[in-house]
Amino acid sequence: MKLDVSKMGFSEVNEQMRQTPDSEITLTGCIGQRFLAAGTGGKYVKISGIAGNALGAYLNGSVIETFGNAQDAVGDTMNEGEIIVHGNIGDAAGYAMRGGKIFVQGNAGYRAGIHMKAYQEKVPVMVIGGRTGSFLGEYQAGGIIIVLGQHTDGKPIVSNFPCTGMHGGKLFLRSDCEGIHFPHQVHHRAASPEELAEIRQYVREYCAHFGGDPDEILNAQFTLVTPDSGNPYKQMYVAN
Amino acid sequence: MNFYPEFEVERNDSRCIRCRVCERQCANEVHWFDADGKVMLSDESKCVNCQRCVTLCPTRALKIVKSDCRLRENANYSDQTIKEIYRQAETGGVLLSSMGNPNPLPVYWDKILINASQVTNPPIDPLREPMETRVFLGKKPKHIRRNADGTLDTKLAPQLTLSMPVMFSAMSYGSISYNAHASLARAATALGIYYNTGEGGLHEDFYQYGKNTIVQVASGRFGVHKDYLEAGAAIEIKMGQGAKPGIGGHLPGTKAVGDVSKTRMIPEGSDAISPAPHHDIYSIEDLRQLVYSLKEATEYRLPVIVKVAAVHNIAAIASGIARSGADIIAIDGFRGGTGAAPTRIRDNVGIPIELALAAVDKRLRDEGIRNNVSIVCGGSIRSAADVVKAIALGADACYIATAACLAMGCHLCRSCHTGKCNWGIATQRPDLVKRLNPDIGSERLINLMNAWRHEIKELMGGMGINSIEALRGNRLMLRGVGLTGKELEILGISHAGE
Repeated sequence: MKLDVSKMGFSEVNEQMRQTPDSEITLTGCIGQRFLAAGTGGKYVKISGIAGNALGAYLNGSVIETFGNAQDAVGDTMNEGEIIVHGNIGDAAGYAMRGGKIFVQGNAGYRAGIHMKAYQEKVPVMVIGGRTGSFLGEYQAGGIIIVLGQHTDGKPIVSNFPCTGMHGGKLFLRSDCEGIHFPHQVHHRAASPEELAEIRQYVREYCAHFGGDPDEILNAQFTLVTPDSGNPYKQMYVAN
Repeated sequence: MNFYPEFEVERNDSRCIRCRVCERQCANEVHWFDADGKVMLSDESKCVNCQRCVTLCPTRALKIVKSDCRLRENANYSDQTIKEIYRQAETGGVLLSSMGNPNPLPVYWDKILINASQVTNPPIDPLREPMETRVFLGKKPKHIRRNADGTLDTKLAPQLTLSMPVMFSAMSYGSISYNAHASLARAATALGIYYNTGEGGLHEDFYQYGKNTIVQVASGRFGVHKDYLEAGAAIEIKMGQGAKPGIGGHLPGTKAVGDVSKTRMIPEGSDAISPAPHHDIYSIEDLRQLVYSLKEATEYRLPVIVKVAAVHNIAAIASGIARSGADIIAIDGFRGGTGAAPTRIRDNVGIPIELALAAVDKRLRDEGIRNNVSIVCGGSIRSAADVVKAIALGADACYIATAACLAMGCHLCRSCHTGKCNWGIATQRPDLVKRLNPDIGSERLINLMNAWRHEIKELMGGMGINSIEALRGNRLMLRGVGLTGKELEILGISHAGE
């Protein structure tokens, strides 16, 4: 199905997507409609224009590829599927995502990967090509966040307060992270070749979407951040 | 620092038959049998006064009494206050408590009295005349709409249908046991009301009760996925909780075991942390976004509830929520219970539900948006009389949780955070969980609600009102006693005698 959405509200767009038996959907003229493809499974949605907030929220297996920037809350609480953004994204991407993958060619805003989780075979992955804003991986409880730092504006790969409250999962930053302050409840150190091997596949997928040479990208220093403990708040309380 | 235990175990040795039931029943390990002396002994320092041993002692040989060994009396520094300081001086920890605020702060329900008809407007006998206790929760249309052919447009926003204006409030699987959830789910189904999953997800065994389930979405988004959202009859966004406004939830890793971890979809033994804020909500506009993302994901088939704690500017907050697209607002007062909350928060943050409810109902009516939303109030609704007063103050329905726990056997010992609930409710220990039989638990909940329904009808009948709809916001049916002018003004009621 091909749909020019330039004169449609979000509920109409989503309704038409739900109604069509087609699994391949192309939306053109997107002007910031929110909640596109929220909760859907089994579709491939191609978007040109600018996708609005909560793109692919609660996504349940669909693949969304958007050729332009996306705004806040991309993949909020997503469970399965893939979101590929040929551009930058706004704040709180992948909030509490439990499965699936998000690939962003450019930069991400604040709080990317906040409260990302994992459960059994479900391990969500987020790959950001450029840099991210403050509070990256806040409360991260599982999954893998990879930031490739291919931005060219000279800013640090991550802004202030990354990994605050992190208590699970892994975060890979393609940088030596000098000058970046991490909270005391996380470990950060140079990733070993074995550890990098774990993310090779995701970097390869990133390059398949956006171009680039995975070997070249991986041939750099990565910092791996992991939590100290799964129970960072354990000692804080006394029974009264 | 050691201090004399708060409770004493009084054992009548002439009645004790050494059956050792008390020993087997106490998860706190207070009682034991001394084989040499052939006597039962006890360590009172471990006792939480849950009354399990007292209740099950076959010869009534046991009593738990408040110890009279107290620190020197001081009206400013109470025994409790001093001991709290000792505890913190020893550990450096934040004090953690359970259940609702136990302090002697005003209970306005007890200062509000209900009207009855005399002479001019006859009371109604619910035993022989029909009485309507059914309520519908959701957006109500502002105007009558007609189709092109002149017929009525009867398409309504999604509604919840309750056989009586009471629902079981949110308690997560994790904070309470599998058998407690089973009891609530079965009772809600049999009664034609709803129970609420809380923020711990929905166990796969309970999807069958979905028609009578409200699924909750909190800041941690535990167990939230498409099937979960669609499993229930409504979705509740938890912004706050009366027992702990302004802070999040924290299920310790030790409780995130087995099916609890599976239902929350987090690894076993990992802390389940619900951050204080939803990190994507900083405004009513942001809230609107979460409301609509949930509506889009569930194709507008389910009403969305926004639950907030009763706090200082609750009327303005509720006004915002009523404009966010939410269908129902749930307000939770400061006496509401919890499975664990920092003592200082529980006892000092938030406001009474009676004042919050009255303020919200008035504000929404003044602004002409009362029909945009239904109002559900909770936070210590203890009886049918509280329900009737709440409805007359403007609520569409009430949430109960502490009363529901009591029906299932809770003795309000306020030790949920220890995870050693001897009554099988606030625990995940299999040997304790099995003490709560869901057949009995659900039956007791059904009994309680049926009794309340009768009482609600009696109270309504006495006022000459035969439908709950005619009671809602009917503040003329209420009078205050011993309240100040300001309190009466906020409650919107007259003083008794006026």
